Amino acid sequence: MTTKYSEDHEWITVDGDIGTVGITDFAQQQLGDVVFVELPEVGATLDAGDEAGVVESVKAASEIYSPVTGEVTETNGDLEDKPDTVNTDAEGDGWFFKIKLSDSAELDDLMDAAAYKEFCAEQG
Amino acid sequence: MTRETLEQLEARDDFIRRHIGPTDADIQKMLSAIGLGSMDELIDKTVPRSIRDDRPLAIDNVKTERGTLDYLREMANRNKVFTTMIGMGYYGTKTPSVILRNVLEHAGWYTAYTPYQAEISQGRMEALMNYQQMVVDLTGMELANASLLDEGTAAAEAMAMAHRVSKSKSDRFFVGEDIHPQTLAVLQTRAKAFGFELVVGNAFEELPEDDLFGVLVQYPGSCGAVRDLKPVIDKAQGMKALAVVASDLMALCLLKPPGEMGADIVIGSSQRFGVPMGYGGPHAAFFATRDEYRRQTPGRIIGYSIDSQGRPALRMALQTREQHIRREKATSNICTSQVLLAVMAGFYAVYHGPDGLRRIAGKIHRMAQITAEGLRRLGFEIVHDSFFDTIMVHVPGQAGRIAAHAREREINLRVIDADHLGISMDETTRRRNVATLWSVFATKAAEQLDIVQLDTEVEENIPASLRRPMDYLEHPVFHRYHSETEMMRYMRKLVSKDIALNRAMIPLGSCTMKLNPASSMIPITWREFAHMHPFAPLDQTQGYQQLFEELEDMLCEATGFDSISLQPNAGSQGEYSGLLTIRKYLDSKGQGERDVCLIPASAHGTNPASAVMAGMRVVVVDCDDHGNIDVEDLKARAAEHADSLAALMVTYPSTHGVFEEAIIDICDIVHEHGGQVYMDGANMNAMVGLARPGKFGPDVAHLNLHKTFAIPHGGGGPGVGPIGVKTHLAPFLPDHSLIEGVNPASGGRETIGAVASAPWGSASILPISWSYMFMMKGHGLRKATEVAILNANYMAKRLDPYYPVLYTGKDGFVAHECIVDLRPVKESSGISNEDVAKRLIDYGFHAPTMSFPVADTLMIEPTESESLYEIDRLCDALIQIREEIAAVEKGEVDRENNVLTNAPHPHHLLFDQEWDKPYTRELAFFPIPELHEDKYWPPVGRVDNVYGDRHLVCICPPIDSYREAAE
Repeated sequence: MTTKYSEDHEWITVDGDIGTVGITDFAQQQLGDVVFVELPEVGATLDAGDEAGVVESVKAASEIYSPVTGEVTETNGDLEDKPDTVNTDAEGDGWFFKIKLSDSAELDDLMDAAAYKEFCAEQG
Repeated sequence: MTRETLEQLEARDDFIRRHIGPTDADIQKMLSAIGLGSMDELIDKTVPRSIRDDRPLAIDNVKTERGTLDYLREMANRNKVFTTMIGMGYYGTKTPSVILRNVLEHAGWYTAYTPYQAEISQGRMEALMNYQQMVVDLTGMELANASLLDEGTAAAEAMAMAHRVSKSKSDRFFVGEDIHPQTLAVLQTRAKAFGFELVVGNAFEELPEDDLFGVLVQYPGSCGAVRDLKPVIDKAQGMKALAVVASDLMALCLLKPPGEMGADIVIGSSQRFGVPMGYGGPHAAFFATRDEYRRQTPGRIIGYSIDSQGRPALRMALQTREQHIRREKATSNICTSQVLLAVMAGFYAVYHGPDGLRRIAGKIHRMAQITAEGLRRLGFEIVHDSFFDTIMVHVPGQAGRIAAHAREREINLRVIDADHLGISMDETTRRRNVATLWSVFATKAAEQLDIVQLDTEVEENIPASLRRPMDYLEHPVFHRYHSETEMMRYMRKLVSKDIALNRAMIPLGSCTMKLNPASSMIPITWREFAHMHPFAPLDQTQGYQQLFEELEDMLCEATGFDSISLQPNAGSQGEYSGLLTIRKYLDSKGQGERDVCLIPASAHGTNPASAVMAGMRVVVVDCDDHGNIDVEDLKARAAEHADSLAALMVTYPSTHGVFEEAIIDICDIVHEHGGQVYMDGANMNAMVGLARPGKFGPDVAHLNLHKTFAIPHGGGGPGVGPIGVKTHLAPFLPDHSLIEGVNPASGGRETIGAVASAPWGSASILPISWSYMFMMKGHGLRKATEVAILNANYMAKRLDPYYPVLYTGKDGFVAHECIVDLRPVKESSGISNEDVAKRLIDYGFHAPTMSFPVADTLMIEPTESESLYEIDRLCDALIQIREEIAAVEKGEVDRENNVLTNAPHPHHLLFDQEWDKPYTRELAFFPIPELHEDKYWPPVGRVDNVYGDRHLVCICPPIDSYREAAE
């Protein structure tokens, strides 16, 4: 299992050809209290960089982009009733969707944990 | 003592002195305080020489405040108010006097602002909640917003939403042909901008089998027919199209609601619930839909949450849908809606209750039945058997002649075509109106008709399957206030919960909360202005025509533009109209493909939202560290998009409250690359009498009459957003499909069409701006601008040592507003701008604008109407709050639990068994001694925004059950 990070502050953990996607702890801190998450439809095919959903706090709304190309296989229905899970466990139970990767080479374009940490530090 | 002249004793300019807060002596004092000797010196240091225009405004007369009203009275008398039977979405109504006097004529209601600060807005939000509940009940839907601008706009918003949520890939929208024609016109304008195809036809017979994203039908039809919509709705939904119903709340007191037939969206006007026709507006349009579409709904929605004590509290819900957050991705560009009118309509329902409404609707329906039966007996054919209030009469070849004859008897009818007349009944229709109408159709025979006899003979013509039981307005609020005494006290109870201008200054940056002079408000309820149908023939509306002409002349003089369109109902609609006008102009030159709209990063969120509505692509231009447009970036963007550049939208003075020196260069760059310049006139209050945008570069601008020109904000509407244009754009300004001459410059050429339902938008409140300008005269308007700038600079100077002032012009002065920075405070103490804003409530003030245009700042705009006394009072409060912050910084008080983080302090805390706060009650409630004399008590503690958005409730809940849920 490997975890990679995008410049849009998504994380993806890949197990076989299935990736689990969410937003990073850094992103949830920037957003504040999450009140709503809009998820993609299961079966939807997404290109890397496509809009996959929206995460809303009281004061901001941000698009979620798919870090890789593939087909959505599952979404985290628990977020409907408990959007605050994104705040309490962004990189665990607060995952958004699972996607079947079409091209695992795309992962090479993403950052590893160390690079992402540096990226966040630059963003202040 | 020198002897005064008669002219001095007459004091014809007295209004100017009353409108402008500081006295001449105060002005000198304030100038010295900012280190200047004269007003001219201040203006020289704030307004760039390059745009200055010191020619005195040619707005002059010798009338006093009283004389102005007399003059306007003469104008009003030129309007002839006939009995209106035109219908088409506008009906006579009886505004209950208790509502007229205690709401429409009460400064506590009309001078309030949009309820962004929830804690000081609980009263009007409760009134809006009543309105939402009423709309939900009568339409049979699950969720309603707190109003939109008018019925046509609501239909256009419904179309846009249908496209967003429909699973159909189609770009076609079907409109049932029995729609109000003005609604269709507004839809056509919007559909064109979005690239939708409108298909108009008989929804019951001609609905296509496929390839639609939405279907709109009117119920009852514009010509009166009441038909079961279920087959149409089912068929629409079968092809994944949304079913939209335009309806009428009065009819829905008797008819099966569209929600029960499966409608997805129901829209319409609440005008006939006690809001005068006013020659077209303002009125509140309603918008109701399914709960599942709540995040796709346009406009403000009031919802419940809890406060810091866990008690129920109201707030504006789901704001992330809106333009100020989502910008070009917002559900709509709407900001201001029609709060005051929605409040009135809601109160109308509260006062009458379900029994009263059903009786009123029943009377209207009976009058229509009797009228129809009488006409039948006179030998005329009534086209539809089933109707509510509108009958369509078949008069082959005679429609024009009969309508003319009716006008001789002072009745206006609707001429549907040469062979058909429409006749609508309303709450004000009297027996003698019906008798007169019959005699118009048949002079002699009509005498044989007996209304009392017919009343016993007419039979119910609405099929039982389309009638509804009394299953609405069951909430206690609609049953408790039916006596005038109770109603009067209920409205007083609500208005006392809020801070409006009748309590304290509202220093909201970018909102211009100036005085709404009482004299200017008086004419709007005169019957000659209030009871005029928007489609009354022009020869009956000569007073209004004179008013428009004079107002347009004054606005042109003040702005330097050549033509004005009064049609847009709000600033946002002005932006949309202005951009469409630009596109139409470019199209006329064969450059219709130009669609890029440059928008600076510092712009109001409405700008990008409007650009998207006008079918444009938004390209963001960077701003420098001072909030000014980065001219180099602008050059690069303009060059990059030279082939597709349509417009730049620029707010001037900027949203940062600064007169950008480069404005002329900025306009030149855009023009050189083939684009037009749209100026957002939100900050026009800083320019009137000093500079005229029509002369220094912009091609088109909207004016917020509800900011600069004294129309009240009404707690979140009405607004009026006319646009001014240079000559080359004038032919393309809005016109109207039903009334000729709305855009005289068009000369028969195709314009952008209609952007609002009524030809002159919210006509009935235009006397306010007319009166304001007429009474201020050219020199008073200039002085108002100068004092607005002085007041802002005086505040900036006083506050700067405590809270650094961000952004000034090259000489260190601000324009008419200033931004104070709370980021250093947040850094040093953890105290946020929200804490300061809420603490101001304990001092009795409405907070300044929070976090716009810069996060963690407050933007303050005092306006010219605030006196030195009031301005000092606010400065003193802010300075004392800074001392409270200092105690946190020094570690003298807890960072998490202090008088700021716990603010505001509602009265029920007084009775907590134990006062467990680490500070005294005196400090919490009475931080300054003056409050012992006049204290504002916030009805709730700080409202929990997160809770409200996570648990959305936007209808009136039984309070007890809600409290349980909160626990």
